[in-house]
Amino acid sequence: MTRYTEDHEWLEEEDGIVTVGITAHAAEQLGDIVFIELPAVGAEVKKGDQVATIESVKAASDILAPLDGEIVEINETIVENPALVNEDPTGEGWFFRMKIEDPALLEEFLDEDAYRELTE
Amino acid sequence: MSATGPGAGALSRTPLHDLHLELGARMVPFAGHELPLHYRAGVLKEHLHCRAAAALFDVSHMGQVMLPADAAEGLEALIPADLIGLAAGRQRYGVFTDAQGGILDDLMAANLGDGWFLVVNAARRADDLAHLAAHLAGVRPLDDRALLALQGPAAEAALAGLGAPVAQMRFMDIRRMDLAGVPAIVARSGYTGEDGFEISLPAAEAEAVARRLLAAPGVMPAGLGARDSLRIEAGLCLYGADIDTTTSPVEAGLAWSIGRARRRGGPRAGGFPGAERILAELESGPARLRAGLRPEGRAPVRAGAALFDAPEGGAEVGRVTSGTFGPSLDAPCAMGYVPAALARPGTALGAELRGRRVRVTVAPLPFVKPGYKRA
Repeated sequence: MTRYTEDHEWLEEEDGIVTVGITAHAAEQLGDIVFIELPAVGAEVKKGDQVATIESVKAASDILAPLDGEIVEINETIVENPALVNEDPTGEGWFFRMKIEDPALLEEFLDEDAYRELTE
Repeated sequence: MSATGPGAGALSRTPLHDLHLELGARMVPFAGHELPLHYRAGVLKEHLHCRAAAALFDVSHMGQVMLPADAAEGLEALIPADLIGLAAGRQRYGVFTDAQGGILDDLMAANLGDGWFLVVNAARRADDLAHLAAHLAGVRPLDDRALLALQGPAAEAALAGLGAPVAQMRFMDIRRMDLAGVPAIVARSGYTGEDGFEISLPAAEAEAVARRLLAAPGVMPAGLGARDSLRIEAGLCLYGADIDTTTSPVEAGLAWSIGRARRRGGPRAGGFPGAERILAELESGPARLRAGLRPEGRAPVRAGAALFDAPEGGAEVGRVTSGTFGPSLDAPCAMGYVPAALARPGTALGAELRGRRVRVTVAPLPFVKPGYKRA
């Protein structure tokens, strides 16, 4: 099941690999995204590290690593076409995939109902 | 426009508030007012649409002031611009200076023939009114009026469609006229670098006129987000960001607004606050200048970023005062103050971006070719 952080990231885990993106709510709040910087594949990151940057016309925002782990894949498509994140934030607009030690750690994050409550 | 204002809690609403909500605006606090940041289309589309067709902005938060017809001399004591020489039906950009030659506010001053009409920044309005009242008689703030900006190449046709005789107006002309039966003051000017109009009209009639304009071919509503990216591409200053009491008009690259009549050797040289410094800077050049900056890559370099005299290493020499992603440039653009010797277009500088260094190249302002109707 999809999990959510209070920083408006969504997390999808499969076989110890977590895909990370920003929620539709976050994409809407940011407005038109014009620039995205992603971490390097192979980077070892700690929970809370700033791993990616999003620039909309108006402002910059950071994407934080939701967990400790290793970046194993990044979505180059959104670097080429940042608008994709506005168009399809929870699908084609994913940011990166990271390998984590313990999938059980995901349970500490918000489920869909809890996230919806946060944004209402 | 101003970058600062009182916090939330005491926000004023403009006469177009209900229309903004109906159009799906995302409202934000700005200079004590609740204003649209953008509408459903978003900042990028609103920006590009303004350059391609026309955009309608609600700028009713700005201060509108009327002065008596004989106010030119008094105004010249506060503003280093040739206002006595400004013909009826013409408008001029200027700044209020302080005794140190800093900028108290920037404004439009128009000679309507039967009076002077000023438009000042919302966040500076109260101070400007006190400043004016201390030096001039008959200062009358217009609190019951809205201000609309219709900007872009399709603006003239949209306004003409309301029966307004605007086709014969050129850049910086200003006229009283009826817009669909509503008495308005219309200036051919704006804050986007495009041809366009700024329209002052009674608050009670503003929504009806705005709806008529939005129904015209090619007109889309646009918010503060697009207004900011458009004015940065056009190289125009924002009070509180690019200009304030620590910057002189000459440093800010606004020397063009200081007419020959007010310079040394002119018939009314000096006679405004801070004249000694400003006249000296006009002759010998200022120590620093506001420069256009083009960062390498696609990441915007924003206000506050430190500027260095070399792409790598070097010494800190200034700060970015405005920066954004320029939708029409499809690239980032910024402005900031650098030593005069480094302000020449083509000079390679460095800016700090998230702890790293990005190369920025000094570029001529404006970044985009203006669409003003000068002839």
